[in-house]
Amino acid sequence: MNTRSMKGWLYLIPALVFLGVFVVYPLFDVVVYSFEEGYNSASQTFFGTGTYNFSYVLRDTYFIQALKNTFILVIITVPLSTGIALLISVGLSSIKKLQELYQTIFFLPYVTNTLAVGLVFMILFQKTPYTDGFVNQIIHFFGGSSVDFIDGPYWAKMTVMCIYTVWVVMPFKVLILTSALASVNPDYYKAAKVDGTSSWRIFYKITLPMISPMIFYLIITGFIGAFKAYGDVVAIFGTNLNAAGMNTIVGYVYDMLYGDGGGYPSYASAAALILFAIVLTITCINLLIQRRSVQTS
Amino acid sequence: MSNMTQEQEHRAFVRGQRIRTAVIYTLLTLWAFIVLFPFYWMVLTSIKSYSAYNAEYVPQLYTLAPTMQNYVDAFTAVPLARYFMNTVIFTSVTTALMLVVIVLAAFAFSRLDFAGRGLLFTAFLSLMMIPNELVIITNFVTITNWGLRNTFTGLILPSVTSVFYIYLLKENFDQIPDDLYKAAKVDGCSDFKYLTNVMIPICRPTIVTVVLLKVIECWNSYVWPRLITDNQLYFLVSNGIQEIRENGFGRENVPAMMAAVVVISVPLIVMFLIFRKKIMEGVSRGGTKG
Amino acid sequence: MKIVLEHISKRYPNRDKKVGGLVTAVEDFHLTIPDGKLIALLGPSGCGKSTTLNMICGLEEPTEGKIWFGDTDVTNLSPEVRGVGMVFQSYALYPHLTALQNIMFPLENLKGADKLSKEEMVRRAKEAAELVQISEYLERRPSQMSGGQQQRVAIARALVKMPKVLLLDEPLSNLDARLRLSTREEIRRIQRETGITTVFVTHDQEEAMSISDEIVVMNRAVISQVGKPQHVYDEPENLFVSKFLGTPPINVFEGYVKNEKLFIGTQEVLDVHGAPDGEVWAGVRPEGFIPADDGPLTCHLVAVERMGRDTSVVATHDAYDGVQMRAIVSSDARIDVASDIVRFRIRPEKCRLFDRETEQRIHFFGETMEEPADVMAREARAAAGARPAAAESEATA
Repeated sequence: MNTRSMKGWLYLIPALVFLGVFVVYPLFDVVVYSFEEGYNSASQTFFGTGTYNFSYVLRDTYFIQALKNTFILVIITVPLSTGIALLISVGLSSIKKLQELYQTIFFLPYVTNTLAVGLVFMILFQKTPYTDGFVNQIIHFFGGSSVDFIDGPYWAKMTVMCIYTVWVVMPFKVLILTSALASVNPDYYKAAKVDGTSSWRIFYKITLPMISPMIFYLIITGFIGAFKAYGDVVAIFGTNLNAAGMNTIVGYVYDMLYGDGGGYPSYASAAALILFAIVLTITCINLLIQRRSVQTS
Repeated sequence: MSNMTQEQEHRAFVRGQRIRTAVIYTLLTLWAFIVLFPFYWMVLTSIKSYSAYNAEYVPQLYTLAPTMQNYVDAFTAVPLARYFMNTVIFTSVTTALMLVVIVLAAFAFSRLDFAGRGLLFTAFLSLMMIPNELVIITNFVTITNWGLRNTFTGLILPSVTSVFYIYLLKENFDQIPDDLYKAAKVDGCSDFKYLTNVMIPICRPTIVTVVLLKVIECWNSYVWPRLITDNQLYFLVSNGIQEIRENGFGRENVPAMMAAVVVISVPLIVMFLIFRKKIMEGVSRGGTKG
Repeated sequence: MKIVLEHISKRYPNRDKKVGGLVTAVEDFHLTIPDGKLIALLGPSGCGKSTTLNMICGLEEPTEGKIWFGDTDVTNLSPEVRGVGMVFQSYALYPHLTALQNIMFPLENLKGADKLSKEEMVRRAKEAAELVQISEYLERRPSQMSGGQQQRVAIARALVKMPKVLLLDEPLSNLDARLRLSTREEIRRIQRETGITTVFVTHDQEEAMSISDEIVVMNRAVISQVGKPQHVYDEPENLFVSKFLGTPPINVFEGYVKNEKLFIGTQEVLDVHGAPDGEVWAGVRPEGFIPADDGPLTCHLVAVERMGRDTSVVATHDAYDGVQMRAIVSSDARIDVASDIVRFRIRPEKCRLFDRETEQRIHFFGETMEEPADVMAREARAAAGARPAAAESEATA
């Protein structure tokens, strides 16, 4: 190897070491773990290899619950947040006054600590013996009866979860869609106006197709992100998610790894691989749909 | 006659426009309210006294007797200052180390010609697809085996590299014209000096963006610190806030909790207001969250 | 500093991996550049002129051959030890530094015994800035300067180390037409004042002809011809050089020589004593046509463009190697615009013959540029023992 080549590799050593130890090696290791049965993290021994870890995880009621929770969360929040984001972005890009102010406000949740603001959401939705909480006051105002969103029925908890998730993911989506809308060449709009096209038709026939790649991008990242939900859930329901019945797949992985029910890296690895397989499948399906819809349009 | 209809049509059009504008502003204001209300609520609650807060069966939307007592409690009853300092140390060291690593790597990929460069870069890019959840299990075991639990080293090491930032910076380095490098060679400038005296200053905007994004990421990191620390001395703010929530002020002291939330939220919000344009531009270029 | 390029060649591995093999950028380039001269490397893009410049600079190493600066073999030395200054087509100014900082940059890299004090660096940078007349702009960044000013900063930066050789890579191509004219005068002035051996690369023949002591025409990796600008224009050694120099370009016809007569198409147009029989390319400079009713070359008239002093006649001819030929004739020549035919006589001293196959020059008697009176005068001088003027323009290659 000549000196010039040596130099290139020399500059890359730090990155290679860090990536090798903390990304590449773990990638293989997690697969190894997932097939080691009865792994004991204290003695670092195991008594066999096989698919037992996977079948254990798939039969674990906590995992089933986590799977169900995650899927519900994904199915509700991804379309909802993308839809609202589209609505807001279109509104945002059609105004001139105060546009920057609104943009700044809408982006704020991105830079806030999810755990910290989750606490505020919990307070807002909580019902305790001392107070019904702010949200329940609004429900009262409209004639409903109060519900404990944090410790109450499943659908109530899921509602808070979804609302908070939408609140958290919105800034990114609004930002991406607003810049996508801004990058549409205004000549298209002018041309359409000259032809006397109605605003709705302009939106449906010009704007939407032009920004559809970005919408697809948001849907895909949205799916991936929502499948990995964890921090937001902890923020609202605390660390003991299994007890709250609100665990997610990622939460299950971490609980298996560490914490009160922890110490099972093999189960954690199996669950993580299952999650990865799900995300990969969904992403591929999304890409297929995108390709087809691009071809037909 | 036809003039009349035209004028009427025009009026109808203007009225339609006005209604549309009104609807848009209402919608935007509504969402702005939803975004801002939690912030308002946390500040409001943090300045209500403990007794006043608990006496409100119907939560009040304002307070006439603001108090700073909760902030005092937040810093004295729980080690909030400690969490805060830990996070500052963690964030600055991680970001600094990351900068060194990614600048060197991006420079090698962009400027140095070596055997296997293209292949290695492709391999790097493919690492971007690996979800953190997949590698964190082994990292947890690795750090535990190295005896680095409850240390800053253990917290920092796995957070140092980011393939995405290497990619971002490399793209930026690539935009510097070749002639500049040749000119520097003619001027007797070494490769390393070219990096430090020419490339880094030219690409400063991108580097600042990367730093800002990394600071946000570090400040809000929760999962890894949670796995690797169980000693309060090494808690970061995210874990701290969770700790405060679960075993914090002895009993449910919501105002003090909100004071803590305000304290840990303020630095990032201030940073955001200062670097608003840069952060939003950086995120739209490739941040992900959601 | 005299520069000798001793049979240098440069080969790269082919970028297209499927084709493979080597691509030759420069082949057997042999040239001596005398001390203190300004030399232009002229050629179309991709002819290897920039590669040659980079090899002189030290940015690239020749695959074969040696490069000498004076008595020193610099073939394997890096640029900074060769003592060269270089100006790039894009100027390559550091965008984050002011003009002064840019000019000082090479000085800051000096090490050991050559290291200068800060004051000395500023003094020398200001001296260089004065030479190129940009003293007022020293605190500006490149983005706050015009193209011409940036160009001067780039030249100052190249000169500040007091190089023995100055290299300029297409220095004028990013400037607008008017600025180009004044900047090339400026480069000439600076080169004269400093007496630095200068090599400059360009694809613009007018630029090369106007300021250089000598031009080196390159084509497809090899030297086509070397010589004083006017000589290369008047006496091209091959078809490529004749086509490359001159605006409007030379008009090339397919023709043949038979019994010392030049035929274009079927028309006998010129006596070419001494030229062997065979197929040729006949090149006629635009100024080599004389409209005449009895002219032997009959063309189809397309347009007559009057441009003040000159008149440009656009025509077509079946044997013409292109679409439209162009003749420049004196404005008092009478041309029947209504007619669709125009006839020319051809001035033999403006006509150059090239072998159809090899495209090399074929000489014939009467092709010399000079007026008969000059020829007589020269012959008289030669007889008197004076040195012939033509010998001076002999190529140094």
